[in-house]
Amino acid sequence: MWSQIVEEWPRFATYYNFIFIAKAAGMTLGLSALGCILGTLIGLALAVTRVTRSPWLRPLRILALLFTEVFRRVPFLVTLMLCFFAFQATGFDIPLFVVAAVSVTVIAGAFLAEIIRGGFRSVHQNQWEAAATMNFSLLDTIRLVILPQAWRIVLPPAFGYFVMFIKDTALASQIGVIELTYVGKVLNNKGFSAALSFGVILIVYFAISYPLARLGTLLEARLASSRHHRA
Amino acid sequence: MSYTLQFGQIWPFLPRLLEGAVVSLQIAVLAFCGGLLIGTVCAGVRSFGPRWLARIVGLYVVFFTNTPQLVQIYFLYFALPDMGILLSSFMAVVIGMTLNAGAYLTEIQRAGFESRRASEMEAAEVMGFSRIQQIRYVILPHVARVLFPPLSNQFIIVTLGTSMAAVFGVEELTGEAFNINAQTFRSIEIFSVTAGIYVVLTLAASVGLALLGRAVFRARTELI
Amino acid sequence: MHHLDITGLEARYGEHTVLSGIDLTVGRADVIGLIGPSGSGKSTILRVLMGLLPPVGGTVKLDGTAVNYADAAQVRRLRERIAIVFQQYNLFQNMSVLENVCVAPVKIKKRPRREVEEEARALLAKVGLGDKLKRYPDELSGGQQQRVAIVRALALHPEILLLDEVTAALDPELVSEVLDTIRLLAKEGMTMLIVSHEMAFIREVASRVVFMAGGRIVETGAPAQIFDAPVEARTQDFVSKILRH
Repeated sequence: MWSQIVEEWPRFATYYNFIFIAKAAGMTLGLSALGCILGTLIGLALAVTRVTRSPWLRPLRILALLFTEVFRRVPFLVTLMLCFFAFQATGFDIPLFVVAAVSVTVIAGAFLAEIIRGGFRSVHQNQWEAAATMNFSLLDTIRLVILPQAWRIVLPPAFGYFVMFIKDTALASQIGVIELTYVGKVLNNKGFSAALSFGVILIVYFAISYPLARLGTLLEARLASSRHHRA
Repeated sequence: MSYTLQFGQIWPFLPRLLEGAVVSLQIAVLAFCGGLLIGTVCAGVRSFGPRWLARIVGLYVVFFTNTPQLVQIYFLYFALPDMGILLSSFMAVVIGMTLNAGAYLTEIQRAGFESRRASEMEAAEVMGFSRIQQIRYVILPHVARVLFPPLSNQFIIVTLGTSMAAVFGVEELTGEAFNINAQTFRSIEIFSVTAGIYVVLTLAASVGLALLGRAVFRARTELI
Repeated sequence: MHHLDITGLEARYGEHTVLSGIDLTVGRADVIGLIGPSGSGKSTILRVLMGLLPPVGGTVKLDGTAVNYADAAQVRRLRERIAIVFQQYNLFQNMSVLENVCVAPVKIKKRPRREVEEEARALLAKVGLGDKLKRYPDELSGGQQQRVAIVRALALHPEILLLDEVTAALDPELVSEVLDTIRLLAKEGMTMLIVSHEMAFIREVASRVVFMAGGRIVETGAPAQIFDAPVEARTQDFVSKILRH
């Protein structure tokens, strides 16, 4: 395997190939980042919906519950195919990047909703009650009191999911998004050995994921050690 | 929207999807059990083994948890034949998923081993327990109880991960969905039903495991 | 007209009835002391009045107007007039002392920040916390936190103040500083309902004392009557046990 890689390397290490891989890495990161940012907003909306009390909002609460439970129990590949075909059915020409980003957003929303809800629950009940007796609306309570206390509980696992979504986006190659895994397949099809093509792609994934994972661990340790509740 | 949902056409294919689901579960159980074996050995090495070996295990864990499972399987499936090792797609998927699960399960179990409480150990030692008895009566029951919920959770993750096998042509649940889709073109219906089967499958697994955990290990798991 | 008029109030936690047949009238500037054994429902009355636990029966009238606790808008209006101070202070952990006091008037009642802050500084100085404005709750002693909680409630300009065992979580040497603050409020004519185990204090500050047991009001009267010449056997029992300590 080694001799083959050494032999192929000069042909592989071209400016064009590096640019190709770098762009793909950008796509992988962009897809995960966009999915996570939008997913956080959706997750927050779902988590807030689930802590409402009003009987009128009961159908919404049930929908939020279904969304979080279902999309955490469906493989990403299946969610991706559902989004792909759903967009196709609209008849519009929607870029594949958008399809993949929406898919990541959907699962990120479901997973982050649970993390955020856990964060909400970690804040003592007496904080909710104090806010209620002072006429805070639910949104004011969450914005002014709960989120400033919950974020340090929410951030480390959310970061872990961000790293997980980077790896999940590898499946976007299946619908033709030109991200890292897709580029690995293209390089392999161009005649480079699988060991070299996928080996390089694995290393690039590692180079993206590992520092972020370490940062997450550091963050967790930092947040756990600081006892003050400052925002 | 010109697309109208017609679930009627796909019900005849339900048995095929269910057969696929059985294959999915087979892959999940194989990969999880293999991964559990690897994970137990590796976690033991990391917690109690010689430093150089622990470091190698550390590299294995860090590498497999920081790269996508899909690309790991691509590597196995396409690179090993160049070295004269031919794997069926099923075997490539099972081996890839086992190695991947092994890495995560090492981390989970290491955390479990390290959660054993020094005070309990001391108490056991003072009471005259031998080293083996300490492990048998104090460490193992505690570790099993702490580990059961995250292990159950990992089983669900592995089960969902089996859908990747479809990419390699394995006819498990998602693979069958692709096949049926190619025959009927009722894409949204097929994949919705497939998603539904995954939900039912993993819900059943979660509930079953939680009940088992409560009965056997007094482990606290939320049912859903 | 009575300031607060409670008749036949009933409340449940799940299947468990925690309050029944509560009749209580509170006049303007009255200070009502609620006493009784743990679990007698004293604190529950305050929680029901604040709308934290919806009543299942009876009426609460504020200045003669009945409050419908199922109507969120009415509860909101009620909470603009009644404020509560909790046993565990319930200060917002993410806010400084000054912010704890100012947040509701500024963000919820939309009063100008400058005006609210000025008032908050004055109130905090009055309870001896003028130098703690920038501190956070977890940097303060229990007594200091409880005084912040009282000031936070006062900054809402309530007509009626509910105090729920405000000294129960405090070390003995910190109790007096909080009681001084409450004494001051009584002198200024604030209508108050005080749940407390500080019998000497209740006797001194209350205009009327209510003895509760098992979710019901057993006896109501002037402090001297309840403490020195209780009529009901259960009150006698409770008072004699308390006084023996």
